[in-house]
Amino acid sequence: MSGHESTYEPKTGFEKWLDTRLPLPRLVHDSFVDFPTPKNLNYWYTFGGILSIFLVIQIVTGIVLAMHYTADVDHAFASVERIMRDVPYGWLLRYVHANGASFFFLAVYVHMFRGLYYGSYKAPREVLWILGCIIFLLMVATAFLGYMLPWGQMSLHGANVIVNLFGAIPLVGEGIKTWLLGGPSIGNATLQRFFSLHYLLPFVIAGVVILHVWALHVPGNNNPTGVEVKDTRKDTVPFHPYYTVKDGFAIVVFLLIFAAFVFYMPNVLGHADNYVEADPLVTPAHIVPEWYLLPFYAILRAITFDIGPIDAKLLGVIAMFAAIAVLFVVPWLDTSRVKSMRYRPVARQFFFGFVAACLLLGWVGASNPDDPIIPLGSDKLVVEYSDENGLAAARTFEVYDEAAAFRDGLGEEAGASMAVQKAPAFTFLHLGQILTLYYFAYFLVILPLLGLRERPDEEPDSIHKSVLAREPSAGTPIAQPAE
Amino acid sequence: MTDTPVTDAHDDIDEDRRNFIHIVTGMAAAGGVAVIAWPLIDQMNPAADTKAASSLDVDISKVPEGGEIRVLIGGQPFFIRHRTQAEIASARNANTQSLRDPQTDEERLVPTPDGAYNPAILVTSGVCTHLGCVPVGPAQGNVGDYGGWYCACHGSHYDTSGRIRKGPAPSNLPVPDYRYVSDTVINISL
Amino acid sequence: MTRSKLILAALAGLVIAGSASAAGGAKHPHGPEGGFPFEGPFGRFEDESVQRGYQVYREVCASCHSMKLMHYRNLGEPGGPFYDPEYPNANDNPLVKAFAAQDEILSSQPNDVGDYEYRPARPSDPFKSPYPNDAAARAANGGALPPDLSVITKARHGGADYIYDLMLGYPDPGEISDDGEIEFREDYHGTLTQAPGQYYNPYMEGDTIPAWEGDPRHAPPGGFLAMAPQLMDGRVTYMDGTEATKEQMAYDVAQFLAWAGEPKQTNRKSAGLAVMAYLLIFAGLLWFSYKRIWRNVSH
Repeated sequence: MSGHESTYEPKTGFEKWLDTRLPLPRLVHDSFVDFPTPKNLNYWYTFGGILSIFLVIQIVTGIVLAMHYTADVDHAFASVERIMRDVPYGWLLRYVHANGASFFFLAVYVHMFRGLYYGSYKAPREVLWILGCIIFLLMVATAFLGYMLPWGQMSLHGANVIVNLFGAIPLVGEGIKTWLLGGPSIGNATLQRFFSLHYLLPFVIAGVVILHVWALHVPGNNNPTGVEVKDTRKDTVPFHPYYTVKDGFAIVVFLLIFAAFVFYMPNVLGHADNYVEADPLVTPAHIVPEWYLLPFYAILRAITFDIGPIDAKLLGVIAMFAAIAVLFVVPWLDTSRVKSMRYRPVARQFFFGFVAACLLLGWVGASNPDDPIIPLGSDKLVVEYSDENGLAAARTFEVYDEAAAFRDGLGEEAGASMAVQKAPAFTFLHLGQILTLYYFAYFLVILPLLGLRERPDEEPDSIHKSVLAREPSAGTPIAQPAE
Repeated sequence: MTDTPVTDAHDDIDEDRRNFIHIVTGMAAAGGVAVIAWPLIDQMNPAADTKAASSLDVDISKVPEGGEIRVLIGGQPFFIRHRTQAEIASARNANTQSLRDPQTDEERLVPTPDGAYNPAILVTSGVCTHLGCVPVGPAQGNVGDYGGWYCACHGSHYDTSGRIRKGPAPSNLPVPDYRYVSDTVINISL
Repeated sequence: MTRSKLILAALAGLVIAGSASAAGGAKHPHGPEGGFPFEGPFGRFEDESVQRGYQVYREVCASCHSMKLMHYRNLGEPGGPFYDPEYPNANDNPLVKAFAAQDEILSSQPNDVGDYEYRPARPSDPFKSPYPNDAAARAANGGALPPDLSVITKARHGGADYIYDLMLGYPDPGEISDDGEIEFREDYHGTLTQAPGQYYNPYMEGDTIPAWEGDPRHAPPGGFLAMAPQLMDGRVTYMDGTEATKEQMAYDVAQFLAWAGEPKQTNRKSAGLAVMAYLLIFAGLLWFSYKRIWRNVSH
């Protein structure tokens, strides 16, 4: 843990020589070989390792794809298909990169939910948590920039929608928008700068990841009990080989699922519209972001009302960014002294509600906000016409034949027309609004109040004792499968 | 149930089996990394469209006598030279034994469809064998000391058969893979 | 933790639901009975069908639809319908050369006097486009742009199934009156009116309500497109003697387009098999390694 003594012993003459000049082997040994790690970490804790593998996969395949990609509106679409068709193994590299982004986000969400559940953001790990939030923000930016590069219909119009969000900022919005795009609309200048930044940001992410790991290794890992390490000898095992092999196993299992997507359903997570070359004159019928941004998109669209001088558009943008910004202050919103929700029975229920809310927000984000989830009544027909005095009038019908008979019975001068009157319904918009409310309430109301009111279960004295208590047949020297 | 992570006694007991499974796992990991490396390396090889665009038909009837035309195939320059009688004679009369890269003029030609040779047309690569510059020739007004080409980069002189005669280049200008499609059209491929 | 598993399962479900979202008002395509032979992890293209499909494309579709991302050489490359192991370089494949030579394309290189001439295509050339540019294509098709078919199976929900059903989904000519009216009597009740140059198809994305005389709450699915029905029995004469029913032609051309949309599909699936097998074995080895290392540590 913090201040743990270095156990590195240079063996050969060269190692001794290097150790007094650049003690890199010592750093690696102390950080990834002999680092004391709580022995009770479960599989939810393997996602950090999975994420680092995916960062490497994305950077390596990305560099290689950049050797073949052309950032020019006239050639981008064809150059991506050339990668798929003509470049040796290009199809593999591109599918790994495209699906890799999805799996990167899948892993990061699990990693974040794990941190929220076990209280990994609490002292002394606030900086570790904030660095993680920064990485997530950078990932969102990178994914957004990268999604434009294939120059399909979704690339162009999705980016257009997001960039227009900046236009909602009062006074400077339009200026910022034009500055971001390098013109009045998305064009060649935009594509080229997006490509440049998409290449840059992953290296920034890698840099922040190094800080993230550094900030992890000062206090050491949190663990499912939330109880800090008391006795290194009893509570921890060296990172290598114990966690290298456990993380390795989890990584390979995750890669197995990943490979199933890459090789057998590579386009399932994408949109068919993005195989249509970008056409600024036609917006596709259903503009949706990639699945991993759907919850935030749902929050954006949930705000359909003005509050005082702030209009709905700006408010939606604020809500969407606030949904990420609130994560940064979670360490100070959660007032409970107990870290792990394993010992917080009430908070745990709210947490599972929060996970469900995030998943449902994803569903809402993918759906048309006006579509009914639960219809209240049935649609009616309205015949509008002008009566004998030339005044507008309307009659409502349930049955089509009656409505048609009435309409046809009116004279030509009545100018009758028939329209559908939608029945009131509980729509995706309503669900999105409820879920958005819960999303913010979880952080801003539930976590602060619950920490003060809740009576937590008794925490174990130490990691070691907690492990003993969970062991069904204490005393047998057989390792238990991790939970 | 033991307190310490791993006791030495157990280590000894299970040494063999433990080693075996770990070695196999390590080998599987190393093998996997090696296989993953291949697509990353292979992707830099020429793509299918690049390979496909690597041959060209050239109409040789349009090359003026005593002059040459230059064509690009896949970005590489090639010379097609229509030699004069004097140039052919000089190419044939050279003492091949004394050359750095001994080759007769006939060895540097390709038969036409009827099996004969057309000594008037010489086809060579346009890349100096020294360090890859493109030599100057009749069109640039400098044919070097031996009447063929002159590489101004480092002073290599080629004769009218494209053979190296003087200067640092180690070998003759290579003759590309080409064939006569008809008496007036040749097809050059990489 | 069973709860955690539930969350994962829900997440997976969400991903699938999200991707299958919003198909609009068009009928969901199901494709031919029995499916296509290239479907599934072990599916492979039926070369004869892809070959016939190329003939259908050439003789029927190519007069309006370009395939700008396809080259003649693709037909003879490994995985292509006319691949011949005797000609590892598709440029030498005589069939491919013959197909290319039948098309005259505008040279991209100027001739000696600076003009662009038409010349017979070579295997390395892209498929000949029916129109020099989009404006010409629109002008020749009543303002509608026939989409490029290179990646059409990836660009439409349903892929090859959609192509198959769209080709066969038009109402019978006998059901359409001279005024373009189509009577619906069974699932829907009313009359749909086709504007001149517009053709109703239940599999086309769109909206039928404006042209629907009947209950607007129960308008038929689909929309209108500017392409008239193209496939009728005997429209092409197959070189291999297969009877050219319209179902056969739709099946063949859909399979050809599925191949053209992703020529490396077969490589992908066979590589996937090796990768999955390797990962499974590797995961097993790691599991045993893990059990050995942790055997004396309760955790």
